[in-house]
Amino acid sequence: MELFNQLLQLMITGITVGSIYALIAIGFIITYNITGVLNFAQGEFAMFGALICISLVGVGLPLWISAILSIVLVTIIGMGFERLTIYPARHSSIPTMIIITIGASITFRGIGLIIWGTQPTSLKPFSGDTPIHLWHAVILPQNIWAIGLSVFCFIAMYLFFNKTYVGKAVTACVINRSAARLMGIKPETMSLAAVSVSAALGALAGIIIAPIAGASYSMGLMLGMKAFVAAVIGGLTNAPAAVLGAFIIGILESFTAGLWSSGLQDAVSFAVLLIVLFFLPNGIFAKSSGNRV
Amino acid sequence: MNGKFNHYRSLWTGSSITLLVLLLPILIPSNYILSIMIMIGFYTIVCTGLTLLMGQAGQISLGHAAFYGIGGYTSAIVSTTLGWSPWLGILIGMIVSAIIALIIGTPTLKLKGNYLALATLGFGVIIFVFFKELKGLTGGLNGFYGIPYLNLFGYYLDSDFGFYYLIWLVAILGIVFASNMIRSRVGRALKAVHDSEIAANTLGINAQKYKLQVFVISAVYASVSGSLYAHYVTFINPELYDVMSSITYLIMVVIGGAATVWGGAVGAAIYVILGELLKEIIPYFTDTTGEYQIVFFGILLILILIYMPNGVAPILSKGWQIVSRQKHAVSTTSLKKTEVAGGDGS
Repeated sequence: MELFNQLLQLMITGITVGSIYALIAIGFIITYNITGVLNFAQGEFAMFGALICISLVGVGLPLWISAILSIVLVTIIGMGFERLTIYPARHSSIPTMIIITIGASITFRGIGLIIWGTQPTSLKPFSGDTPIHLWHAVILPQNIWAIGLSVFCFIAMYLFFNKTYVGKAVTACVINRSAARLMGIKPETMSLAAVSVSAALGALAGIIIAPIAGASYSMGLMLGMKAFVAAVIGGLTNAPAAVLGAFIIGILESFTAGLWSSGLQDAVSFAVLLIVLFFLPNGIFAKSSGNRV
Repeated sequence: MNGKFNHYRSLWTGSSITLLVLLLPILIPSNYILSIMIMIGFYTIVCTGLTLLMGQAGQISLGHAAFYGIGGYTSAIVSTTLGWSPWLGILIGMIVSAIIALIIGTPTLKLKGNYLALATLGFGVIIFVFFKELKGLTGGLNGFYGIPYLNLFGYYLDSDFGFYYLIWLVAILGIVFASNMIRSRVGRALKAVHDSEIAANTLGINAQKYKLQVFVISAVYASVSGSLYAHYVTFINPELYDVMSSITYLIMVVIGGAATVWGGAVGAAIYVILGELLKEIIPYFTDTTGEYQIVFFGILLILILIYMPNGVAPILSKGWQIVSRQKHAVSTTSLKKTEVAGGDGS
């Protein structure tokens, strides 16, 4: 029974972390499918989201206004990023594009360092920290916020890509860029839209994780890389599969940390990455789902 | 004829730079400059290997700090824990790195573009975690202390002056070896693979074999540099070998330019010198401490890739050409004509 409670607790932690990885991973996949760019700066949007929100709360604004303002600001940063790096380099080779986004990533990281310093900060939980008991495991309200907001975003993304005009245009670009262009859709504009949406999702992820794991200028790199792993498990093109991948990574990390060693959780995630890349390069759900986004 | 001419010119350029490197500590007797030059030396060795991988084979690696670390820790363990000769440590480090590169490279180099970048990144993170967690071997996050200095014919290389000559001897040997490799059958095969792997394969070039070869060679370069670094500072810790370090090497190669054999050295020099300058300048604008200069390098990286994708080294060599030919005062177009005419004549 003791073990069962511990496993349940680890499962809750894993799902919480997984839902945050999932938000960033969806951003990856949206950007990747439309621009063909693997955006190494994706995690930095989470860093900006968290730190801007913390600063705004520090100034005295209510949490929800701070969060919305922060997401808006990060979306604008994302737009600037797209126009200044991805757009001028859109005809470059894949390694060049990768290194450009790495350049953007370390630039963002450095800006974060200059503005907020090296000291990690934290955000107050959205609605207190009175734990809710489930059998003998503990769920914090922040866990529910994390999972709830992520699920809300998944549904919103689904509706956006399948029901709205802009979303359908973006999807059209993913399916066939040239044909979409012939229909009067500008892939360049869609690229801007895609990166903006990704930035907003990243910012939200950062704001959600700030009360759980804290926030610092260097948080983006690892978050981004974990989301990579999730996206690769899903085959890089399939958003629902990536969400599933993110939960797998989150739960796996939580169990590794809880039952084995917290230092090894990164190694386990990236070992999964290598195994998937070497043996199942199209993702572990490749056969069951052929659709993209 | 043109190729021969280029060969002599690069030989001439190479020997004059070598002479300059040899004389520098005597011309400018400053410990600060010496220590900076030694840092450039370490990076030059790593980046020359990485230049071969990126420029010649067209493959990207985001995990080369791992090999730098494998060299460092192997050498540290062999010379300190086992008490063997540090030179043996460097050699064993090279062998271990080559074997690991072979094992990890075989499946990794079959991947392309984005997937290759992710796989090397993943490999780098896993090795970094090993450095942190194998506390019995590496000392974990506390670091590895008391690594002995190198001993050359009874003379301990514990001064910057002595080490300077060792590191640059190795760096120049590395560059010479790399430039010979580029001119060899392997180099030509790699160029073909870089241009079109499919075309190279149809011509009977085993692309995978050559890519693997150059990956192993670049890993050995990083390993040698890492070993030498361990014996220079006598103390290492895992943070020297994290993902940001791999990215740092990448920045240097991009700044210098991966297409020329000098790219690694030029990039390393620019990175270290600019970094030092920024350390002087930035405190006037912000009171934050830490790696704030990365903002500048990040922006530089983006600008170079968008506007100067071949890096700085080709521009330097063009400048050198102009300087060395100025007395003839010929424009580039007439120069081309003379070269063509000369080619017809011979």
